[in-house]
Amino acid sequence: MKQPHDVTAAEIAAARARLPAAFAAPPARVVMTWSAWGLFAALVLYTLIAFNFAPARLWDGLGKLGFVLSFMLPPYVWPTWELFLEPVTAIGETLAMAFLGTLLASLVALPLSFLGAKNVLRAEWMHFGVRRGFDTLRAFEQLVLALIFIRAFGLGPLAGIFAIAVSDIGVLAKLFAEAIENIDRKQVEGVRASGGGPLQVIRLAIIPQVLPVMLSNALYQLESNTRSATILGVVGAGGVGFLLYDRISANNWDEVMSIVLLILVAVYAIDAFSGWLRGKIIGKNDYRP
Amino acid sequence: MPGSIADAPLSSAPGFAANNNAAVRRFHDRYAAMVSRKRRLNLLFFLGFAGCLAVSMVIGDFDPVKIWNGLPRLHEFIAKILPVLRWDSLGADLAEWFLPVKLWLKLLLETVLIAFLATVFGVCGAFLLSFPASRNLTRNPAILFISRRVLEIARTVPDLVYALIFVFCFGIGPLAGVLAIAVHTTGALGKLYSEVNENIDMKPVEGLRAAGADWVQMVRYAVVPQVLPNHVSYTLLRFEINVRSSSIIGFVGAGGLGQEIRTAISFQYYTDISALFLLILLTVVTIDLVCERIRHAFIGHEKLAA
Repeated sequence: MKQPHDVTAAEIAAARARLPAAFAAPPARVVMTWSAWGLFAALVLYTLIAFNFAPARLWDGLGKLGFVLSFMLPPYVWPTWELFLEPVTAIGETLAMAFLGTLLASLVALPLSFLGAKNVLRAEWMHFGVRRGFDTLRAFEQLVLALIFIRAFGLGPLAGIFAIAVSDIGVLAKLFAEAIENIDRKQVEGVRASGGGPLQVIRLAIIPQVLPVMLSNALYQLESNTRSATILGVVGAGGVGFLLYDRISANNWDEVMSIVLLILVAVYAIDAFSGWLRGKIIGKNDYRP
Repeated sequence: MPGSIADAPLSSAPGFAANNNAAVRRFHDRYAAMVSRKRRLNLLFFLGFAGCLAVSMVIGDFDPVKIWNGLPRLHEFIAKILPVLRWDSLGADLAEWFLPVKLWLKLLLETVLIAFLATVFGVCGAFLLSFPASRNLTRNPAILFISRRVLEIARTVPDLVYALIFVFCFGIGPLAGVLAIAVHTTGALGKLYSEVNENIDMKPVEGLRAAGADWVQMVRYAVVPQVLPNHVSYTLLRFEINVRSSSIIGFVGAGGLGQEIRTAISFQYYTDISALFLLILLTVVTIDLVCERIRHAFIGHEKLAA
């Protein structure tokens, strides 16, 4: 048996000659990598200059930010219950918008999702078209939709509800359709074999399998919509965003801080509630889309 | 037919007289109890749901009459934003529709660059904070707690709120937008990164610890090679999201195309609205497709190597 010994320089050179790829990447690859990084750095540098990231400006802004932060602490305490009612109602409005928006979106997405599922609608071109329709709906920003719905329903939470609902139809219909595609075929075959028609297949074989997944997805969407509903008020579509925008414009930074804290509490509460409910609906194995 | 056994009186159950023993009775009682419990729970869920719905409809001003009256206005609005395109003068009509296209393309480039730079900054912050925020890599509970809370606050506050504050501090323009989206990206990506970090194979970590590596060396040589492909994949997904965010962040004066959208809607430049939608839609779809390509290339490549 060969004794272990120190590796000599000659051995290393021999190994390098035999297996060059193990010691260094091929020169073409090195050039590619470095030029990609160079391009990246140049783009970052160009953007920094184009956006005027001047150190003086940054320093000045950071000073102001420190100023703002120092004004935020300690947070504002509303002196009377009547005054405290204003932010609380605004947050209640936000939650109501998220709830109604998600509910409306789920109700519309449920029938649409069957059209977008491969195993329900066999015609390739049809579910492809429906899926692209979902994608288009998702591409619309909630804030832009809110501006459009304000034109129709006036300022207030109704515009926000419809903005959330419309942009969410695309998301939920896609998730629902994926849930339907992942079902167990055996129950569909069972209902068919005992003489069930297409509607009975949907009601007795598909719905019982997908309903918990759909509810779980809808609850996740409710959490996400609670977050987005907080900013819809910035354009006047209801909720706590308007109050926040108003207090920032008035430079009442301590009140801004308190409102942000209230929003955080509301968001955590909804997350906890929806997590609990999801656990009740689908049992221990948490499903994440 | 749930409950049909429980609903019938016990004495009418088949074979009751012959099998009147304690086990059968116990079974029936248990079954009846479970069915009534399930019904009570369903009723409770239904009442809770109906209560939430009623309260929300009152608070949310969800008035069917108001909605019905608003629908014609919505229809009118959509009819107005669609451009007039005639077949025999298509070129001229398109040119009129996209009249300020030079300004728009410049702002579109700005929008994409805001998303790009914000993603770069956000990735730096998220990458650095994700390791102290991973349960399996950080022993000190204080560091773990602080880094997790920082990430949590960064992602729970909406980026538009950061934009409002940064516009005040840094002035109107893309700089505020970049910083706002970067902070939000740090929070969102930091969470995803730390979840990836928590799912690694711990053997290389133990190996490096045993060989006397310090914490930074351990992260560099044991963790980073395992998590990098997933991090890249999440980063590209985030870039897509950031392009969407940066297209509306101009609403509050933080740069990009959002300012133009808001102007078009407020000043009723109707056909501009549809043109801007189309531009953003095309950009978002293109970037989504390109990112998907890159992502698949990365993940596929890593799978081959593994």
